[in-house]
Amino acid sequence: MLDLPAPALFGQLLLGAINGAFYALLSLGLAVIFGLLHVVNFAHGAQYALGAFCAYLLLKFAGVPYWGALILSPLIVGLLGSAFERLFLRRLYDVDNIYQLLLTFSLALIIEGTLRALFGSSGFPYENPLPGGINLGFMFMPYYRAWVVAVSIVLCVATWLVIEKTKLGSYLRAATERPDLVRTFGINVPLMVTVTYGAGAALAAFAGVLAAPIYQVNPGMGANLLIIVFAVVVIGGMGSLMGSVVAGFGLGLLEGLTKLVYPTASSTVIFVVMALVLLLRPAGLAGREVH
Amino acid sequence: MPRISLNPAAAIFLALLAFGLVGPLLVYPVFLMKVMCFALFASAFNLLIGYVGLLAFGHAMFFGGAAYVTGYLLKVAGWPAEVSILAGATAAAVLGVITGLLAIGRQGIYFAMITLALAQMFFFFCVQAPFTGGENGLTAIPRGHLFGLLDLSDDVSLYYVVFAIVASGIFLIYRTIHSPFGQVLKGIRDNEPRAISLGYDVNRFKLIAFTISAFVSGLAGALKAIVLQLATLVDVSWTTSGEVVLMTLMGGIGTVVGPILGAAVIITMQNYLTGFAEWVVTIQGLVFFFTVLIFRRGIAGEAERIYRNFRLRAVSPPRSEKTGRQDAVAPRNAA
Repeated sequence: MLDLPAPALFGQLLLGAINGAFYALLSLGLAVIFGLLHVVNFAHGAQYALGAFCAYLLLKFAGVPYWGALILSPLIVGLLGSAFERLFLRRLYDVDNIYQLLLTFSLALIIEGTLRALFGSSGFPYENPLPGGINLGFMFMPYYRAWVVAVSIVLCVATWLVIEKTKLGSYLRAATERPDLVRTFGINVPLMVTVTYGAGAALAAFAGVLAAPIYQVNPGMGANLLIIVFAVVVIGGMGSLMGSVVAGFGLGLLEGLTKLVYPTASSTVIFVVMALVLLLRPAGLAGREVH
Repeated sequence: MPRISLNPAAAIFLALLAFGLVGPLLVYPVFLMKVMCFALFASAFNLLIGYVGLLAFGHAMFFGGAAYVTGYLLKVAGWPAEVSILAGATAAAVLGVITGLLAIGRQGIYFAMITLALAQMFFFFCVQAPFTGGENGLTAIPRGHLFGLLDLSDDVSLYYVVFAIVASGIFLIYRTIHSPFGQVLKGIRDNEPRAISLGYDVNRFKLIAFTISAFVSGLAGALKAIVLQLATLVDVSWTTSGEVVLMTLMGGIGTVVGPILGAAVIITMQNYLTGFAEWVVTIQGLVFFFTVLIFRRGIAGEAERIYRNFRLRAVSPPRSEKTGRQDAVAPRNAA
């Protein structure tokens, strides 16, 4: 192949894996919400940014360290998300589903606009909780980046296990197919919907806290990422959780490689892949379209 | 008592037309021209969401793309205004064909996500492309002369040119909706499988509608570049795509006058909000939020409902419950 120095290659692959971890976490949250609610959560990027800001504010005003914020911040954003679903989104379930999408979009505008108005657009640094790294011989591996990749893989697998292997997961899957029938068994489906939306928002916030030490904490951090994640979801197919996770990591790596080979295309390569997939396999790689 | 037989939609149009003609005497012309550009943009967007049932979330690509092309041709290449406008709109139509071919295979929310993603790809292209001026955009675009004669740097002359083009653009949309072609589009919107079973090539109809919408959006963007003498990354960003959704929703999806009213309301609101600079996005988000929750019919939709209720009561005073059915047979005065 091309004559590339090994450290540069592995460095870019690591960067790609990190980006991929965020794509995977966010598209997983989108897929979980979409599975049960049939709502594309346009506020997902804003909830990711909100998670990062929560971590930043918790540290600044309450002295809560990174590890505390990693638990607290998703909890706060998850509760806010549940409240939003319970109070507002729920009112739109019996009208055309574009209105649910538009409501989450307007929520994204509100969150992002407010963050921008309060904190400005420039962003804040967040101190790396795991400084240092280890020399692996062929490349230098910072501890924090290794942690990000590892924890996102664990989280993706855990979410998959919960949904595919537990009783709660089986209720969720059943409610996806026939919510009315599941309710006749005495299962509280509306509560499940609220919790699921909250869990999806919490996943986004968790990704936001993970991202804080790597990227800066800034109001626009979610919006651009979300659109890339949409492309990832279109490529992977929204019907499958594994599809979105694998597509997330795979496309992150592909983006990293493109940065090395042909840097100008690195911001568009995922969209090009999306166009190709749409031409060749319109239903996405994982192939099951849910209406 | 003579019955007024003028259809309310036609009355509103005549009023808008009359206001448009005397507008520059009453209101600052550049502001009115901006409203008209966005009214045309929202009307083009409405053709898809209101009459084909497709929520496109990437229309900034056509609007901003045409603004760049027109701006570049006027400023750098020195082309005449009318050719530059047409070239901008044509470029948007070409983009529309490409986007349409990729997106129309998928429906509903997938369609929204794909159009948004493609528009974002175009945004990144504009960030890097040499002719867009990057972060600064194209500024101080000369307005040029129309057909080499009429000096467009004069606000009032430009106003009437923009007015004529916007009126023709909206008329084009109106004709599209009220043609046999438009009837097929509505059939697809209401029941796509049935339209297919009747032998219509649904995707071809959607693609043509998408291309018309892109072309007219481009026309709006091209005019905007001339009016404000500016083409920037904001024009191709997803916030602009969201703004046109808000204008259409606020005015009334699936009505012809709705997008015009919606654009007027939103642009006026933005004008008054300039004092709250950093809070504009939040306020616009809140307006959007509550429009979706409690005002989904929009201005024109609500007005139409009130008018119809009022007329029902006026035409048929206390009758039995059967009058309720009147609603179903009453001619739809969709404005």
